[in-house]
Amino acid sequence: MTLLRNGYVTGAVLGALWTFTMAVMVAVAMSFVTGDAFRPSLLLSLGLGALAGGASIHGRAIAMGAAGVLAALGLLGAGPVQTAETGPLAAVMAHVALAAATGAGLVKILVGARAGPLTRHEFEAAVICFLTGFGYVFFTAIVAIPFYVMVMTSLKNQQQLVQNPLDFSLDLSRGWGLFDSYVELMTTFNFGSYLWTSFFVSILTVALTLAFSIPGAYAVARLRFRGAAVFSRSILLIYMVPMIVLALPIYIGYSMVGLRNSILGIVLIYPVTTIPVALYMLQGYFRGLPAEVEEAGLMDGLSRLQVIWKITLPLSLPALASVSLYVFMIAWNEFLLAFMLLDDPSKFTLTRGIASLNSSEIPRQHLMAGSVIATVPIMAIFLGLERFMTRGLTAGSVKG
Amino acid sequence: MTEAIPPKGAGPLARREARLAWGLLLPTIAIVSAVVVVPLLAIFWISVKPIGLADLRPPAPVVRENLRGEGEDLRVQYRLRNSSRDVAISGVTLSDSLPKGLTVREPDARCEVEGTAVFCDLGDLEPGGRHEIEIFVTAETATDPLGDLAEASPPRLTGDAPNVLTNFVFTFENFIRIFDGGEFWGVLGVTLFYAVFGTIGALVVGLFAALLLDTSFRGQGVLRGLYLFPYVAPVIAVAFTWVILFDPFSGSANALLLRMGVTESAINFFGDRPLALIMVTVFEIWRYFPLSFLFILARMQSIPEDMYEAADMDGASPFQKFWYLSLPQLLGILSVLFLLRFIWTFNKFDDIFLLTGGNAGTRTLTVNVYEQAFAVSNIGAGAAVAVVIFACLLLFSVIFFKVLSREEGL
Repeated sequence: MTLLRNGYVTGAVLGALWTFTMAVMVAVAMSFVTGDAFRPSLLLSLGLGALAGGASIHGRAIAMGAAGVLAALGLLGAGPVQTAETGPLAAVMAHVALAAATGAGLVKILVGARAGPLTRHEFEAAVICFLTGFGYVFFTAIVAIPFYVMVMTSLKNQQQLVQNPLDFSLDLSRGWGLFDSYVELMTTFNFGSYLWTSFFVSILTVALTLAFSIPGAYAVARLRFRGAAVFSRSILLIYMVPMIVLALPIYIGYSMVGLRNSILGIVLIYPVTTIPVALYMLQGYFRGLPAEVEEAGLMDGLSRLQVIWKITLPLSLPALASVSLYVFMIAWNEFLLAFMLLDDPSKFTLTRGIASLNSSEIPRQHLMAGSVIATVPIMAIFLGLERFMTRGLTAGSVKG
Repeated sequence: MTEAIPPKGAGPLARREARLAWGLLLPTIAIVSAVVVVPLLAIFWISVKPIGLADLRPPAPVVRENLRGEGEDLRVQYRLRNSSRDVAISGVTLSDSLPKGLTVREPDARCEVEGTAVFCDLGDLEPGGRHEIEIFVTAETATDPLGDLAEASPPRLTGDAPNVLTNFVFTFENFIRIFDGGEFWGVLGVTLFYAVFGTIGALVVGLFAALLLDTSFRGQGVLRGLYLFPYVAPVIAVAFTWVILFDPFSGSANALLLRMGVTESAINFFGDRPLALIMVTVFEIWRYFPLSFLFILARMQSIPEDMYEAADMDGASPFQKFWYLSLPQLLGILSVLFLLRFIWTFNKFDDIFLLTGGNAGTRTLTVNVYEQAFAVSNIGAGAAVAVVIFACLLLFSVIFFKVLSREEGL
């Protein structure tokens, strides 16, 4: 431990790890952009990184110098990223980007380090700084890559995809032809109507869920009656019953009643899957509202229902917004019930429509275009109202 | 002086409040029990019935009507058939009205004719059995349009067949079947692996992400929104993206690994035996770390700042502060999240169904319900698996509520 806390050792170890992280990041990013082979070299990046890290503890200027050496070595073919099989411009870009990212990172990580033994605080600060940087790179990569692949695949054609699956560069000369998959989905695959059905079903689900869960949540949160605790527990329990267990009898029941293959059947069933969640979230919020305001309303002659309508609901608009958003998201993303209950292509919801695209006869860029169509609206709504979403999700269960 | 005695029992006000509460809860209770409790009971019922997918449509007589022959031989022909090959139908009757222009000359022995109305009593129809009725008629006009007219008015059929769903035939075949052989324990093992590692992974990754974003800086909101994407996007969209990304033949991930020289030949991520299970678990972690991240972050931001200030005064290092202050404070939410996520992951169906369809050693209990009920067409066996899942769920929820009571206030 004391050995590790020596400035040179800390610098070398963190430098090696950081340089390797950056090498992988630059190689993956450049490969995805250009489609060429960028190879991160494990041995070279660790070795050179250790040297650069060890040098960087002597100050900013020397760190910059080390980064410059990295770039030069890279161009000569002995850097952390091997670019023998790529275009010259891309190679220069990769090496410069790598050197800049590595240098800037090392300066930041090792700002408190110096030659000789470090104190515990200095050592941990450097490690935390490295972990933070690594964390940002790691999380951004794992989140962004799938979505990048989804969008880019939807803009390509079959031939390009088979030729080089790594090449996500866009052929801008195709102009509007880039959006061929979307046009085809909207025209021949009826996705406009699926979009509308999904929207309609989700909005109805939100309305029905609120209509049922607001009175229920209020009763559980405010009114005293025997069985309130048991009720609130059983709501949570119902929340945990797996959908597939319910889906089977619902499928049988719907088959016998003739509700299968109807939007009505879907609209009947979706709110029930969301009411427990909504009730649980709302009662958490209602509990947090000051009871005195409501009591003042009661004293002034309002009935309980008027109190709910005129005092509680206006006060809980933020919670209502987040619950609505969450319920909308559940209904929009719901797949299992739609998949089991809908067979008629004219009545599909969006998720069911995408499932029907999953066949070997339909090219995969259509599948991805369908996924983008389903993802973009929910993402847009969510990013616009992110504040409500985060607060709402945690409101019901985390007392802060 | 009389002592003041607190009132006992519920006063009129309290009773009115309770009545109002039940009134407000009634719609919710009604609809939830209709759609949750009734199906749950139905599952128990079905799990002890010998029922397949085909039995959902109860056996019924099927008929075809034709006008055949010419002149002397002109006849209305009804051909009946039992739609089921295993179950007899009793008390089969047929009633139809003949179109105008046809007069009955000679009815079948089993039929009575009044004017244009025909009524036949056919008795029982064996499994897969057929009946043929011929009623000789004379036509007043051309026979072709008359034949069309005759076929246009379909005959009405009645018949009783035992319905497997509602009768009292019970069997333990379904349970014997699913517990038979080593398959069940394999499926249970896969489910537990998936649930345990998926949950722990999502918690650890979520904790890491929460630690990252616990400081406030510009763009923190954007990053937080970005990190929630996997959870917010429709599962079907991200699952198919993963399938395409990791495709063994034309997936980008394989192309990348090949180019980088990490592997010699393409890897079949979702098709090889141990790897597929690991991949679906990784997908589960990827998709649900945002949820634990969100909950942990909310709890972190509510830890009072002065505790850290006190620790600073005492000279605690960052790791010590994390280990001795943050972690104990977070233990409550972590344990609740663990149990909740464990139960949900145990119950998860969509993800694995979309990624692998339960192939390559990734069949969990929930996927098994679908497999048994729809792929093998044995609804009873599917329901039996569902009952097993429900029993596990009850067990877990007992533990969950014990922990929740201890952590009351969370």
